[in-house]
Amino acid sequence: MNYKTMGRILSQILILEAIFMIPSLCFALYDGTFVTAVAFGVTIAGTLLAAGVLYLLCRKAENALRAGEGMICVSLSWVFMSLIGALPFVISGEIPHFIDAFFEMVSGFTTTGASVVADVEVLSRAVLYWRSFSHWLGGMGVLVFLLAIAPSAEKNGGFTMHLLRAESPGPNVSKLVPRMKQTAVILYLLYIVLTVVDFLFLIAGRMPVFEAICTAFGTAGTGGFGIKADSLASHTPYIQNVTTVFMLLFGVNFSCYHLLLLKQFKSVFKNEELRLYVGIVAGSIALIVWNLRGVYGTIGETLRHAAFQVASIITTTGFATTDFNLWPEFSKAILLCLMVIGACAGSTGGGMKCARVLLLVKTLRRNIRLTLRPQRVEVIRSDGQAVDERVITSTGMYLAAYVMIVFLSFLLLSLDKFSFTTNFSAVFACFNNIGPGLDAVGPIANYGGYSVLSKLVLITDMLAGRLEIFPILALLSRSTWKHA
Amino acid sequence: MKILIAGHGKVGATLARQLSAEGSDITLIDSDPEVLEEGLQQYDVMTVSGNCAVKDTLLQAGVETADLLIAVTGTDEVNLLTCVTAHSLNPKLHTIARVRNPEYSDQIYEMRDVFALSMMVNPEKQAAAEIERLLKYPGFLKLDTFAKGRVEIAELRIEEGSKLCDVPLCRVSEIVRCKILICAVLRGGEVITPAGDFVLSEGDRIFVTAPMNNLSALMKNLGILKRRVRNVLISGGGRTSFYLADQLEKNGIDVKIIEKDRARCVLLAALLPTANIVAGDASSQPMLESEGLTTFDAVVSLTGMDEVNMVISLFAHSHGVPQIITKIGRVEDSRMLDSLPLGSIISPKDLCCSSIVRYVRAMRNQTGAAKAVHFIADGKAEAIEFRVDKETLHAGEPLRNFKLRKNVLIAAITHGKTTVIPDGNSAFMPGDTVIVVSNGSNRIYQLNDIFA
Repeated sequence: MNYKTMGRILSQILILEAIFMIPSLCFALYDGTFVTAVAFGVTIAGTLLAAGVLYLLCRKAENALRAGEGMICVSLSWVFMSLIGALPFVISGEIPHFIDAFFEMVSGFTTTGASVVADVEVLSRAVLYWRSFSHWLGGMGVLVFLLAIAPSAEKNGGFTMHLLRAESPGPNVSKLVPRMKQTAVILYLLYIVLTVVDFLFLIAGRMPVFEAICTAFGTAGTGGFGIKADSLASHTPYIQNVTTVFMLLFGVNFSCYHLLLLKQFKSVFKNEELRLYVGIVAGSIALIVWNLRGVYGTIGETLRHAAFQVASIITTTGFATTDFNLWPEFSKAILLCLMVIGACAGSTGGGMKCARVLLLVKTLRRNIRLTLRPQRVEVIRSDGQAVDERVITSTGMYLAAYVMIVFLSFLLLSLDKFSFTTNFSAVFACFNNIGPGLDAVGPIANYGGYSVLSKLVLITDMLAGRLEIFPILALLSRSTWKHA
Repeated sequence: MKILIAGHGKVGATLARQLSAEGSDITLIDSDPEVLEEGLQQYDVMTVSGNCAVKDTLLQAGVETADLLIAVTGTDEVNLLTCVTAHSLNPKLHTIARVRNPEYSDQIYEMRDVFALSMMVNPEKQAAAEIERLLKYPGFLKLDTFAKGRVEIAELRIEEGSKLCDVPLCRVSEIVRCKILICAVLRGGEVITPAGDFVLSEGDRIFVTAPMNNLSALMKNLGILKRRVRNVLISGGGRTSFYLADQLEKNGIDVKIIEKDRARCVLLAALLPTANIVAGDASSQPMLESEGLTTFDAVVSLTGMDEVNMVISLFAHSHGVPQIITKIGRVEDSRMLDSLPLGSIISPKDLCCSSIVRYVRAMRNQTGAAKAVHFIADGKAEAIEFRVDKETLHAGEPLRNFKLRKNVLIAAITHGKTTVIPDGNSAFMPGDTVIVVSNGSNRIYQLNDIFA
């Protein structure tokens, strides 16, 4: 293990985090909430000091990481980032128990949006801002941000590829341009521009500025933390529709936007994953509208609610305009399916990703044909390119790991007093980074009632879901820590 | 600058590392995804898998916005087709192709406009030319020519009992009784750009700059001047051997080639009328002895296997052959090779890469840029030739008046027809050619980069 290089990257990540806490400190000072200001101030100072010492110790590390070390480095960064991000909540007393604060923070960085707070409206603006900002940072990934700004990235060899692969979602992560630094810069520029446009649209709908900032962060990272208990239910249809559109936009692979900028419209239009994503969204909306006939007053209102919920669930955002827990069973079942499918690879969304679903379906069909005619030789193609067999195997393994983790988590959660539906949807909602589940963890409820063990399980699920399972499994695996 | 490299073999990989580190954006194209994955993990590059001579693959790699294409796949025909195809997609593109087949090399040079080639590289031919020069000036391990042949950087090893052993650099000129400059010393795998109080010791490999005629004086005064090479034994009958034998024949040097493959021998015999071609295994020691190993002035090991070449050279050394040249394909870590008496080591791959890197540097900056770059000391240091122009700082000032950056020195100044080995009183003027040696810790793109 190359501990020094990992230590240097970790220290840089923590320094970044401390810098990102400064706006919260300003909010606390401006609002005169003294305790919160102290909490943020102490955390920033402590983190800078600790990370500074770590950096000094590791600054002479060589620029090289192997694939496994890259994974471990990313998962460790995310765990430490969440641990430190939780400190202001505890110190300020706004979320008194550390495990709750940790849950809240992991939920923020992994863009889950599952909350343990019963009434978010009593939290101070500093804390609300920090919660929402964690979505934004976690959405595109903090290591990608580091790659974008770190000056040393120019001289680094290819090892940064391991960091990008471990942090960016999708079965087959690749660069947009030859330079890693430039790739990261392009991703973040697209992300920032889209977020600002979303913010401006919300402002145009007369949303208060602070709420517009938080909502834009929540939408961009496909997170789902709001600053109101009823999420977006009390807002105008305009704001709800704007959010629907932007949630769907942030669920699209960012390389598509890069191709649009390069004027390669044809390859975007022909992108199989994008077509599948649009198809699933349109189909689900149509089915839910049909299933919901008679529940809401007008067809327009039904369409608005259906579209919002579908967008919110498939992009794994987790905002809500209505309590879909009260919808008919078929509609709830559709939403549960969307939870698993998730957004596109290379987006800020979670879930299994449309690209994987597409690959799995293609592999399944091939295997059926192969059973009928064992002599047949067939190559799986995606966007006209042959897919490497190793990608197919690892996608299959991903599904296997996914199912096992779901069932294991479900078993552990069942020790608590909640219903079958609650537990099952809680695992789904956390593992796929959505947030609200069904029943006792539905859109208007929260995760506060779970025991410490269940919360720890859900925290692991959220991290595993965001980092796509293998980095977290690698962190927990014994062979990672063995010498030789 | 955006560069596409087609073919990620040994040369492709070396170029990717070197050019990416110098700030170019590299896209690698290869048909084998596994090889590409290796490249992706080692260098900060992008990869595209597919046949590089196909339009779609080239478009996917972004040929339309690229500045340069380097085609170094294993097949000459594919390299040429790739350049033609790429050029039709982007007429402004510069293209470099590797063409190794001796049957093509002359005609393609004439047809370079038809194939849209900006440059053609032939590693084996370059290696043969390099070997020929070494044979012309025996005693040196390596020779690099600058300023149109007026300045040479020669590599020497300080042997036991040499007159230069345990001598500080400031006294070297007295001993050799002519003006030379030791611009770099390779000791224990590290390159040192030495100062006047540096003391040479046994086993050091030194890099000496001098005008051409001073080098012969140097050899004479050091007592290591060897007589002219009159006959050469070449083991292995590959392409390099052919180019070399052809050239040596023209210079009236007797050549004997030992090659295993009988069909190849017949072909060589047809192409090289005066050479002595022997069918047999050059790695067999009785074979070498029966072919009269000890009667040769030089042995050149050019088989396709590094280890066989090493064994042949060691055997030749043990029989007291005066000059030995060994071809090594992989010179990744040369510390191991340094300890063996292999004579001069030639790596066609490195020669080919350094000529391409030179082209890229010249492309990157048209004015003030390097005219020639040579990697010396196993690639750990570089000697760069610059032309002084009006933009150059400190022109006309004596060297002692300003400071150079650390690990950089000026090895020679060529003014018109005279070459000066500089001291504190020397100065350069616009129009002069300056040769700078650096250990590569700071990249030097322009002459002005050398000043502190």
